[in-house]
Amino acid sequence: MTGDADHLLPSDTPVTLIDAHGHPVADAGRALPDDAALRRALASLITARRLNDQAYALVRQGRLAVYPSSHGQEACQIAAAQVLDEGDWLFPTYRDTAAVVERGVDPVEALTLLKGDWHCGWDPYEHRVAPHATPLATQLPHAVGVAHAARLRGEPTVVMALCGDGGTSEGDFHEALNFAAVLKAPVVFLIQNNEYAISVPLARQTAAPSLAHKGVGYGLPGERVDGNDVAALLSVLGNAVIRARAGEGPQLIEAHTYRMQAHTNADDATRYRAAADVEAWTGRDPIVRLSAYLSIDETAFRAEAERVAEHVRDGLNRDIEPDPAQLFASVYSSPTPQLREQAAQLADELDREVAAR
Amino acid sequence: MTRHEKLSMAQALNRALRDALSDDPTVVVFGEDVGPLGGVFRVTDGLTAEFGEDRCFDTPLAESGIVGVAVGMAMNGMRPVVEMQFDAFAYPAFEQIVSHVAKMRNRTRGRVALPMVIRIPYAGGIGGVEHHCDSSEAYYAHTPGLHVVAPSTPADAYAMLREAIASPDPVVFLEPKKLYWSKEEVELGPRPPAIGRAVVRREGTDATLIAYGPSVPVALEAAEVADREGRSLQVVDLRSIVPFDDETVCAAVRSTGRAVVVAEASGFASVSSEIVARVTERCFHSLAAPIRRVTGFDIPYPPPKYEHLHLPGVDRVLDAVDDLQWEDS
Repeated sequence: MTGDADHLLPSDTPVTLIDAHGHPVADAGRALPDDAALRRALASLITARRLNDQAYALVRQGRLAVYPSSHGQEACQIAAAQVLDEGDWLFPTYRDTAAVVERGVDPVEALTLLKGDWHCGWDPYEHRVAPHATPLATQLPHAVGVAHAARLRGEPTVVMALCGDGGTSEGDFHEALNFAAVLKAPVVFLIQNNEYAISVPLARQTAAPSLAHKGVGYGLPGERVDGNDVAALLSVLGNAVIRARAGEGPQLIEAHTYRMQAHTNADDATRYRAAADVEAWTGRDPIVRLSAYLSIDETAFRAEAERVAEHVRDGLNRDIEPDPAQLFASVYSSPTPQLREQAAQLADELDREVAAR
Repeated sequence: MTRHEKLSMAQALNRALRDALSDDPTVVVFGEDVGPLGGVFRVTDGLTAEFGEDRCFDTPLAESGIVGVAVGMAMNGMRPVVEMQFDAFAYPAFEQIVSHVAKMRNRTRGRVALPMVIRIPYAGGIGGVEHHCDSSEAYYAHTPGLHVVAPSTPADAYAMLREAIASPDPVVFLEPKKLYWSKEEVELGPRPPAIGRAVVRREGTDATLIAYGPSVPVALEAAEVADREGRSLQVVDLRSIVPFDDETVCAAVRSTGRAVVVAEASGFASVSSEIVARVTERCFHSLAAPIRRVTGFDIPYPPPKYEHLHLPGVDRVLDAVDDLQWEDS
């Protein structure tokens, strides 16, 4: 057997460096990131919050089909992207649009899936961001494969693989962690435990002491972190990335956070949780505590957030005429004879429709 | 330079993997027991010893993980060739195959290609117990974005596996288990493409037998027997289910005016059904009789002692040929 259990076990309580009131935690055993890093994080948190709220509003206006918001989880989103180098990869879920954008993807391209113009709107190789994964945890084995390929070539790539608490029940979560540990693949698995899988609370998802404890079963170290404390996230995730890059293998990190809004706009969260439960988390907001710690009036960062929101509104209010040929163009490297026939059939139908007008 | 060697299908596949590993440093082979053991059918025999553990390696026993990791490696510059140990053991990987392997190119508008091969020892005829003999081609063929092929000869096995590994598209490579030990002279040099191209295995004028993979030798034997009885049967080997070669198949059927499709898989909602439908749509006026299907029954694959009752055999094929509304009968 590899790895002793004591070394693999997470701490009893989540790592917190800045508490909910903005005070540094005494004896945290870890250095706080410097103020420049925290200012950069705050700016991004404010932009991410604005992006979440803008996208949510655009659903009500009919410009997006749906939006799974990470409102309240922005610290996880920003830290997951900020600890990566340019050559690293990010594997997001559908709730991780803010992380995708923080990585450099144009927010309009990041919302293409939900706008309905195509499935993945960005070039995954441009910023090394995989497409949003909708089937839960299925992206995690891909993250291991990308990491393993890089390792075989001796490249220093680290892969940040995101999933939620619900996703940890899926078979692919188990298979990915097991493969990563056996292959010593440089992957950091970040679980954003926001306490709900649509309507199902964590207690119905697992009987484990914590989700981070699951790492022990695979022989990889687990750690728990306050998911609303971006300083703690930058520290814990940053160390995991350094460790993975140094060849010390994968790590599992559980961030304790909360989904402040419904699963999507199509969901009614009042059916399964009390307003008071949500209210309790308002006082732990990642932006409020960081601006308090830095004694910065967050309005200083509003201009950039508004610029992004305007860009999103412009992009989503612009209608793109669907190109029927695109339906057939990328199914294979070149269309099969059957797809060529079907493309011609559709083109003919559309021509006749135009002629009949 | 072209070399010839007498090889079994398993040896031909092994040679294809070895030549691909040699020629292309991005090719990697992995799966369950494919390392030192050489795979349960010995298709990967000697590859770990020759190329090292980075190029051919055993994985944890988890098919979804195997295919999922292959997706990631293919995204990141490699050409993975993975082995599912048996047809029915590939089902845990079904979600990865359908939701990711098949869709990645399309969902990224062609930006992310997945050049990967999923090898599946498949179908029956070897006295295998439960869960070892499924003909699962219809599941894959029904999924846009995959190429689905099944060789019927050692020579095709070599050439088609080389072609599948070199393909920019993901290929489900179905290896008929009962043909692993069939032998023939194999040409090891470059050959014309076989994926997407059916081939006429035997010329004939009275009716066309359409088969693929494990059913091709059955069709050839039926044609041999029919010949002795005075009926000339043509045999078409599809080789490739997706892409489907309408041109070759339809030209063959038009030339005889009668056809029987032979396949091991259950007939309902099957590849055989698709072949009948598309050939009928295209060749109706050339047909003297409805196209018949000779397939496995619509039952779970039977135990070894019942297998012979289920599998399409020469007699059942010839009965179907007899039913093709001959004017003289």
